[in-house]
Amino acid sequence: MLIPFSMKNCFQLLCNLKAPAAGFKNRVKSGLILQSISSDVYQNLAVEDWIHDHMNLEGKPVLFLWRNSPSIVIGRHQNPWQECNLNLMREEGIKLARRRSGGGTVYHDMGNINLTFFTTKKKYDRMQNLKLVVRALNAVQPQLDVQTTKRCDLLLDGQFKISGTASKIGRTTAYHHCTLLCSTNRTFLSSLLKSPYQGIRSNATASIPSIVKNLLEKDPTLTCEVLMNAIATEYAAYHQIDNHINLINPTDETLFPGINNKATELQTWEWIYGKTPKFSINTSFNVLYEQSHLEIKIFIGIKGGRIEICNIEAPDHWLPLEICDKLNSSFIGSKFCPNEITMLTNILHRTCPEDDELHSKWNILCEKIKGIM
Amino acid sequence: MAAVRVLRTWSQNAGRLICVRYFQTCMNVHVLKPKCVYFFGYPSFKYSHPHQLLKTTAALQGQIVQFKLSDIGEGIREVTIKEWYVKEGDTVSQFDSICEVQSDKASVTITSRYDGVIKKLYYNLDDIAYVGKPLVDIETEALKDSEEDVVETPAVSHDEHTHQEIKGQKTLATPAVRRLAMENNIKLSEVVGSGKDGRILKEDILNYLEKQTGAILPPSPKAEIVPPPPKPKDRTIPIPISKPPVFTGKDKTEPIKGFHKAMVKTMSAALKIPHFGYCDEVDLTELVKLREELKPIAFARGIKLTFMPFFLKQAASLGLLQFPILNASVDENCQNITYKASHNIGIAMDTEQGLIVPNVKNVQICSIFEIATELNRLQKLGSAGQLSTTDLTGGTFTLSNIGSIGGTYAKPVILPPEVAIGALGSIKALPRFNQEGEVYKAQIMNVSWSADHRIIDGATMSRFSNLWKSYLENPTFMLLDLK
Repeated sequence: MLIPFSMKNCFQLLCNLKAPAAGFKNRVKSGLILQSISSDVYQNLAVEDWIHDHMNLEGKPVLFLWRNSPSIVIGRHQNPWQECNLNLMREEGIKLARRRSGGGTVYHDMGNINLTFFTTKKKYDRMQNLKLVVRALNAVQPQLDVQTTKRCDLLLDGQFKISGTASKIGRTTAYHHCTLLCSTNRTFLSSLLKSPYQGIRSNATASIPSIVKNLLEKDPTLTCEVLMNAIATEYAAYHQIDNHINLINPTDETLFPGINNKATELQTWEWIYGKTPKFSINTSFNVLYEQSHLEIKIFIGIKGGRIEICNIEAPDHWLPLEICDKLNSSFIGSKFCPNEITMLTNILHRTCPEDDELHSKWNILCEKIKGIM
Repeated sequence: MAAVRVLRTWSQNAGRLICVRYFQTCMNVHVLKPKCVYFFGYPSFKYSHPHQLLKTTAALQGQIVQFKLSDIGEGIREVTIKEWYVKEGDTVSQFDSICEVQSDKASVTITSRYDGVIKKLYYNLDDIAYVGKPLVDIETEALKDSEEDVVETPAVSHDEHTHQEIKGQKTLATPAVRRLAMENNIKLSEVVGSGKDGRILKEDILNYLEKQTGAILPPSPKAEIVPPPPKPKDRTIPIPISKPPVFTGKDKTEPIKGFHKAMVKTMSAALKIPHFGYCDEVDLTELVKLREELKPIAFARGIKLTFMPFFLKQAASLGLLQFPILNASVDENCQNITYKASHNIGIAMDTEQGLIVPNVKNVQICSIFEIATELNRLQKLGSAGQLSTTDLTGGTFTLSNIGSIGGTYAKPVILPPEVAIGALGSIKALPRFNQEGEVYKAQIMNVSWSADHRIIDGATMSRFSNLWKSYLENPTFMLLDLK
């Protein structure tokens, strides 16, 4: 049962900064089910952060249901260049977000349901949550063959992954979130989650690809709405609370003071790309010159999303060594993103003598380098 | 001035109470009252050599505490260190984040249990850390009350509720908070604690002070201070004598990177060009009317029509054709001048990252509508940060529409290898006299030109500007010369 949200709701009472527990000890055991009205991945991730940082979850677990417009979400310690096709994402306008929990990369769209289970650190139990989801699914469709795995995935018919898990544990609170593939665009998913970038060497957490399937393909009655309601019902029954889904607006500062700052932080380049663990790229490409192909070798070391080491080796007769060195040193310190490279090429054009041939070679080189970003 | 601290420690092995006194000279303390004497609760860790505590010393004694990786749950025994938030030598407060570890898809933030200075990190990035083993060493100033260490010292558990005492009142606060209160003459009993179990936190002290004196003390070194005048003393609560607000902000130095680096290089090159400026006023009343008429037609074709296409077309097709020297380029030693055939007029654009100057190619052969379309495209790419190298290079002349943000006059800097640039101020409604000597409302915009004085003289610039101005003030004249 969906109830539009109001300030006077009991939710407001629960939203205290971790205040002395004395005031709450006498309260009746309760819990809360929330659903976001927004499909903006950054706003929804900000809600998770906010609840994790500000809510007192002692005896009051929370379930948060959310869905996003097409986006890719990478885990806290992952490398986006390794995980997805950034060029395709830029072309298609797919957003990239980095969440604060660990785990692998996921593709989100309106056919993929996200469930977040918030509890205190002591009550953190992923298997319990997943079993709850399985019970909910079986309540709707008893013949459905869904199992949990040791890696905390959910498998359909023993082989198709329909859910992946990740979690974040803080000082006193923890959350476990998982996805549920209902009616996602699978072809898009696989093309986006395939990285075209060669030669990446990194210690970042790597995703493990799996064969996936939508629940809707298995049974057309399993729509997103049906599933969300079923899970909410099961959660309410398990925690003995009212089966009310409270709709929330993630941009409402009165309900969630400071949440817009969290959403903004999640969108900064420093967070999304800058938090990539140190990695290096070792690759080469060819340029056409006087009817022959010349090989140009590239080695770039990137730390915090910025180029730390840059070693572009081009044949001396094509590009003089000192010009190459100039290019190398000018790249150091800049962000590993196509935009910055364009800017840098631009300055080089302005600050170096007019030489059309040289400029065009620079342009070719830079376009190639941008291709690996 | 001396403050006396009294500590009690449990000796786990002996099971007795050992009382130890430390005398400490503290130069910053203003108050000598007995309330400085306080009793600490029972610490959670054991001393292996309790007899060492019986020494009295006048120097500040730090205790190195091994902070062990506590249990994470679900029977996890080992984790990978993914990010350190502190390094050796950093000062941390209780609950500050120390590092981020990962275990089986769970990302865990480890927070400090103590106030103190980090002395040693036991692991590097990507190392495997073990639960129960030391993670960092922290040097603390005195023994601390810790939150949940009942696991290690079961004898203490029943004493959890024995709080620190001040003059017989129970008040929970860490030593750092107590010192802050002492330095500001605040009675802890008067402060409302917002931490767990009514614990008084640093924020509570600061809030209390704020209410008392009206001044805001910085909670962290980076905060800026705006001390308002102290409020008049007409309260029932006695106002403690407060120290003048202390600015503890620190300068922040960081290397110049990315776009700023680009600006530094370009502008340093521009410095070699001797600039001269020339400003004038343009009456755009007629042009404003014309644009209003054309706007809906352009909109119907899906294009937003601003004033820029008109400025570009006048400048290029007409102005620069008559004065090609303004569309030229000189080499480094100023020995050769190249008159550029194409009029690629750059538009200075302000994006999130900074200043970029994409250019519209071959304005001399484009219609106003075509220029408008191209400007729309560049604007869109510019805000998305997707401009290509071709868009950004090859410019021969630049116009900067700083007036869209504000201003009247400017002194723009020429972008090498060009030789001239114009900055357009904002359009303002001002009273002017017309031909008949009557006052009318005119739409006035100021333009500020800069040119390379090595090859361009004032007269040329002035004539160019007049020509440009005449086309803009009388748009119908354009029709005669429009190609």
